[in-house]
Amino acid sequence: MHTTVTARVTLRHKEGLHARPSVKLTKTAKRFQSRIEFALSDEGPWIDAKSILKVMAARAPRDTILNIRADGPDAEQAADAIVQLIETDFAERDSGPDHSRRDNPGQDQ
Amino acid sequence: MSDISLNAQRFKGRPASPGLVEGPIVLFRGREASPGRAPVHSPGASDWAELDAAMTRTAERLGALRGDARNAQAADILDFQVEVLSDPTLIESLARARTAGRLPADAWTSALAAEIAGLKASPDGYFRERASDLEDLHDRLLQQLAGASDPELALPERAIVLARDLAPSRFLEIPWGPGHGLALMDGSPTAHVAMLARARGLAVAVGLGAVPARHGSIALLDGAGGELILDPSPADRREAERRNAPAATATIAPGRPGLQSGLARTRDGTDIELLVNLNELADLDGLDPSAVDGIGLARTEFLFARLGLSDGRFPDETLQLDVYRRILDWAAGRRVVIRTLDAGGDKPVPGYTDGSESNPFLGLRGIRLSLARPGPFRTQLRALIRAAAIGPLDILIPMVTVPEELMSVRALIEAEAADLDRSGISRGQPRLGMMVEVPAAALTLDRFEVDFASIGSNDLAQYTMAAGRDEGAVSGLADICQPAVVALIDSAVAHARKRGLRLGLCGDAAGNAELIPLLLRHGLRSFSMPVRALGPVRQAIAAIDLGGGA
Repeated sequence: MHTTVTARVTLRHKEGLHARPSVKLTKTAKRFQSRIEFALSDEGPWIDAKSILKVMAARAPRDTILNIRADGPDAEQAADAIVQLIETDFAERDSGPDHSRRDNPGQDQ
Repeated sequence: MSDISLNAQRFKGRPASPGLVEGPIVLFRGREASPGRAPVHSPGASDWAELDAAMTRTAERLGALRGDARNAQAADILDFQVEVLSDPTLIESLARARTAGRLPADAWTSALAAEIAGLKASPDGYFRERASDLEDLHDRLLQQLAGASDPELALPERAIVLARDLAPSRFLEIPWGPGHGLALMDGSPTAHVAMLARARGLAVAVGLGAVPARHGSIALLDGAGGELILDPSPADRREAERRNAPAATATIAPGRPGLQSGLARTRDGTDIELLVNLNELADLDGLDPSAVDGIGLARTEFLFARLGLSDGRFPDETLQLDVYRRILDWAAGRRVVIRTLDAGGDKPVPGYTDGSESNPFLGLRGIRLSLARPGPFRTQLRALIRAAAIGPLDILIPMVTVPEELMSVRALIEAEAADLDRSGISRGQPRLGMMVEVPAAALTLDRFEVDFASIGSNDLAQYTMAAGRDEGAVSGLADICQPAVVALIDSAVAHARKRGLRLGLCGDAAGNAELIPLLLRHGLRSFSMPVRALGPVRQAIAAIDLGGGA
């Protein structure tokens, strides 16, 4: 089933979208089939959340409100995962012991 | 570039890390080709499968460097570079170039050129620096595509590496050793490479401008003066030595054995234990373990910050064990004191400390918080008990106020040890000690069941004088020289002597050479300090005679 899901979330990371949070964002986005984009304003431009080059080029500072848009078969899970990642200040691990959590985004432990 | 002159030539830049190195220049060419310049062509230059293979090899190489990177910022940059190699927009643009019949190397260069230009145009220095990471990635891939093997570089002793600039990944590839130096024609003291070099204790000067030095020519690098002198004269040497004298003793200057050999000893021959504080693992790089008696205070709240604690996430047992193992391996049998998480007060941890306290310094902090949230604390104790199988390990508990707190800690340690034994996991028997930073502990130290104790001078002074050291108007009161604070130190020393406890002092006072005579006269014989304080403190110790008036 194809759906489009939108969300808004405030970027609280103290450095904004620096290399580390940006890499976490693209890695998270790439787990989903859906096209995932974000924009710094309602009108866009929309930035591919799977592209580290585009995410870094956005240079989003702290306290930016990010508009999230996911489009595809797993759009809802994708949007949830991205919002959760940003809301938890990119607290998710890249690899290792909480792999299970990465595979079940949005679920409580 | 002009020919090298027979006379000394001086190149003045900016100091980035103190130290003095005299030795052969090793030229390091970082950038052979860059976007906009003609790329390197090879026999396989038109083969797109070669580009894919080169991208894979580059990712592997960067991944291997990342595994070696002991610095979190360097690791972040390597992660970023690896991620670029699988960037869908990049791959798409390469695919379009392929369809258009372009050469892989040209396509790679032009795909990155726009991104590099975009980052370079950023008003924010952080993003401008990422442009050089993309340039580094660009060059690396072209080298792989041209079939170049990974550079194997061996540095001669006292080598001074001279480069225009150095990407973190390049820095990590160089087998740095004690006594090496780094001279950059470009670069800034705040760049990542300067931070990496400082952490390794290398002498570094940056921003030297064009230096027409030949490979192997002898030069003098003056880290404190930010200067490189080609073909130096004895007078140049004397002047640079004078300039680096305070700084060189303040850092452990590897390769200068006169400064680091032997333990600290007073003029009358009393041996003093000299320990260092550890805030991040990178601090161990370039620090010669034989220069100290060990680690006197490993602050796990800072060590873990690199492992995600600053994002409110606790490193698990395995990650922690790795960290402790690194420290114990480095120490090679010397004393290692690891303090359990000291969060709260002026060190909040999101999601862990209570952000609503009206006075966090008098609230749930240190051991109080650990006992209130026993889950993470048990994980830490368990990892520490396991690490104690590797080498001697002392566990230090922060903010202890009453003996019951330590009894609770002992009970948890025993429970975890029993569980490890049941599971057949190897473990050791760490010693248990406490910080003496609350006046109550200093006054009643004889009532605590501990193997050792360490005075935290900053907190002891501020709790005694009721004056926060961060409160400008009253910070002058929070002074360890205040008679009331000294009286508490006397009390702790007296209790420790009576009980045969090992008592040391960590915190700022231990690293202040001016306070060392006072602390020695009041009976302290063990100090843990930042690395940079070792030289001055050692000198202050050597200058004092405790024979008569101790």
